Amino acid sequence: MSAFTLHFSRWGAVATILISVASVIFALPNVIPLSTYESLPSWAQLPRMPLGLDLRGGTHLLYQIDTAQLKKDWLQSIQTESRRSLSEARVAHSGVVIAGNQVRVNLRDPANTDAALTKLKTLAQPLSTSLLTSSGGDTGMDVAVQSTQPGVITLEPTQAGIQRRIENAISRSIEVIRRRVDPQGTTEATIQAQGGANGKDRILIQVPGLAPDEVKSRVGTTAKLTFQLVDSSMSAEDAKDHGVPPDSQLLPDQERPGQFVLVHKEVIVSGDDLVNAYAGYDSRAGGIGERAVDFEFNSRGAAAFARVTRENIGRPFAIILDGKVISAPVIRSEIPGGRGQITGNFGVEETNRLALLLRSGALPAALSIIEERSVGPSLGADSIDAGSIAAAVGFLAVSLFMISAYGLFGVFSVIALAVNIAIIMACLSLFHATLTMPGIAGIVLTMGVAVDANVLIYERIREELRTGRGMISAIEAGFDRAYATIIDSHLTALLAALILYAFGSGTVKGFAVTLSFGIVSSLFTAITLTRLMVSTWLRQTRPTVLHI
Amino acid sequence: MLLKPLFRLPQKTNFHFVKYFKVCFALSIIGIVGTVVLLFIQGLNFGIDFKGGTLMQVQTPTAAEAAKLRTTLTEIGVGEIQIQNFGKDDELLIRFPEQEGGPEAQKVAADKVLAALPQGTKELRREQVGSTVSKELINSAIWALVLANLGIFAYVWFRFEWQFALGAIIALIHDVMITIGLWSLFGLDFDLTIVAALLTILGYSINDTVVIYDRIRENLRRYKKMPLPQLLDLSVNETMSRTIMTVATVLMALIPLYIFGGEVIRGFTFAMIFGTLIGTYSSVYIAAPFLILIGVKRDWSGVEKAGAKPGVPGAKPAKSASSRPENRPAIETSEADAFEPTDTPEVETPAPARVATKPSGYRPPAGRKAGRGKRR
Repeated sequence: MSAFTLHFSRWGAVATILISVASVIFALPNVIPLSTYESLPSWAQLPRMPLGLDLRGGTHLLYQIDTAQLKKDWLQSIQTESRRSLSEARVAHSGVVIAGNQVRVNLRDPANTDAALTKLKTLAQPLSTSLLTSSGGDTGMDVAVQSTQPGVITLEPTQAGIQRRIENAISRSIEVIRRRVDPQGTTEATIQAQGGANGKDRILIQVPGLAPDEVKSRVGTTAKLTFQLVDSSMSAEDAKDHGVPPDSQLLPDQERPGQFVLVHKEVIVSGDDLVNAYAGYDSRAGGIGERAVDFEFNSRGAAAFARVTRENIGRPFAIILDGKVISAPVIRSEIPGGRGQITGNFGVEETNRLALLLRSGALPAALSIIEERSVGPSLGADSIDAGSIAAAVGFLAVSLFMISAYGLFGVFSVIALAVNIAIIMACLSLFHATLTMPGIAGIVLTMGVAVDANVLIYERIREELRTGRGMISAIEAGFDRAYATIIDSHLTALLAALILYAFGSGTVKGFAVTLSFGIVSSLFTAITLTRLMVSTWLRQTRPTVLHI
Repeated sequence: MLLKPLFRLPQKTNFHFVKYFKVCFALSIIGIVGTVVLLFIQGLNFGIDFKGGTLMQVQTPTAAEAAKLRTTLTEIGVGEIQIQNFGKDDELLIRFPEQEGGPEAQKVAADKVLAALPQGTKELRREQVGSTVSKELINSAIWALVLANLGIFAYVWFRFEWQFALGAIIALIHDVMITIGLWSLFGLDFDLTIVAALLTILGYSINDTVVIYDRIRENLRRYKKMPLPQLLDLSVNETMSRTIMTVATVLMALIPLYIFGGEVIRGFTFAMIFGTLIGTYSSVYIAAPFLILIGVKRDWSGVEKAGAKPGVPGAKPAKSASSRPENRPAIETSEADAFEPTDTPEVETPAPARVATKPSGYRPPAGRKAGRGKRR
């Protein structure tokens, strides 16, 4: 510790002063009134501390993706693909069924097993192009295709394949949610993946300034849009009573609650082929200005839509959103050009929302809320006031106490304390770390702890004086010997703060952040700033008496 | 201009702390056992963070009495519902458990509660935690506490000796247990912020303990033959004024936070205030005297480099001839009398010797420079 003496190299002194002054400058935007801040020229608008949801109000939602549904959807698509591949390869089968976690293919002729296996293996995708992970066999694939007995082939998604599918679904969902919640990119919403029990299968959404219901309705539903033909071979009631034809399904009718529509399972066009959707008015002749959503397909969707409408003039088709039939108009003529309109009994809000949902694309899987926290703006403002008052009173109390206990040296420690707080605020601003209410508590607590470094030094100086040392020598020894203790005690406290950061969530993390910054800055001011002030004072005034 | 201190804590205390260590240990063991018993009998009043459910903070148009609303709200059938006034007369905190039927049912229940409250009630805050999340929160809280203890144990072991590490960790577990016991005894809300407070208490308490341990280690090197209890007393007494100053400043920061900081963090601040006091107690009465129980290594001659070093023998007394206006011989004598440091010729060696023995060119010895300037 002998490196710490009262001597300062010129550069050491300059650096210390620069850091202190810079911290004060970077902390300033946070303490001046907002109106003053906004009237500053843009180059002078240094970043401010972002405020947490608990301080400015807003909504925190944690969504869990429906992994079971995701697996089910995947098995279904494997089933469809398997059937298609087998018919392409002209291999006859007596059934492709979903059995538990796998798709089971029963071939009519066991002699075809090898051929079918080769063909079906093309359905599996490698998980990674890296040579390290794909060590051959099925291990590197997303689906394990095997034949355990002649004539039977199983296709089973691998654990890693499911994992990747979940991750893909999460990252696609995040994009979709971002487009829905923050279409202009102005709300400073945080939308990110979070780890749950099975890897990252959660999405955290934090939106300042919005009530939870508003956020939830923006995140909305999956918005899976499909166009399917209505099955007119029997009425929905008959199908309900006598069984649904194998290639059709019954879906609830949105406009007539309690009623169902029988539709073909085959999807003509889906929302994936939409390129645009916007709110408009019913353009049909005789339409009375009812609200509607106009949409536009891409070329693939347009071609498919044109073909199906051409072939099915006079028959109804269903527009299905999230498993509900929104409307089932009759096709009057071929619809070329890929433009269309959805009508229903929509209000203004509803058309806008539906258009936005369709524009942003469908969510790949259903999401459910597992954690919700929201703070109203008035409570947030109250918390800021309360925190500021508490911080001011605390600062005043600690300052008065330190000055009355140590006189001039107390003044030094108050200056160091002020710089300390400035450093914390500057760090939060520069690193864009969020200030929460517990964060304010962390700053206040730092006040108490930061002066501890000074107390250690000063008490040590007093002790050294009592042992009969001279003034200079006592001050030096005081600093020197206190440093070992200061470093030990700060590092252990920092350890606790970092663990708090690693394990804490939400606002608690905010506390850990300010506490960690506080501990580090207190170490800095104790080692440099306090020492610089004391040594400058000694050199300038050349005191003969030490009042400490 | 010279600012003088207005007051000064007694500089030379001479309490016999370790004399009471058996009593203190007994009290603390009773406290810890009591906590365990309490945890079994009535457990903790877990907040929604740890058991799932919904918390709502609402503002009623006129002053609301929690007791009166309790009957109304119990009747709407959302399970065991808790209502309490929260800081102000017109603010209420309402909590009810997780409902069957997932988040949708939870929202329906919350709407029911809002509907049952007086007309014009504003919802200020709502927190809703599902049971999967709450289980994870419990796990990560426990992990955080365990890891923090292990990390501190490892650090103290590395910097000191295992006996110190053990003493420090026992003091920390003591602090955490007693605080949890208090929460259980009074049925205070135990949520994530309290776990944060516990971790901060750990940080504060270890800080305090390390300061005293540092001094014990230093004195172990100095007074090689002093009986351990006497040495521990000396170390605690020497650091006493610092201990008091630091507790005072931390409390001076925390108490305004408790008074003005608002209801949301009141539980947290209360835990911190209590923890600061218990942490100080445990550093003095548990962590330090614990060393008597297990004994410590007395020969520290090989580890001089590790911490604050005593002066180097062979000092040049001439350097210490700078003015000694604050010299208090009376105190010095009494100190020497009290502890009879028989075998330590180097103890009172002034620091400039250290400066003199420095390798030249390393850093200009500042003390000498400043001193010279002053004497001119």
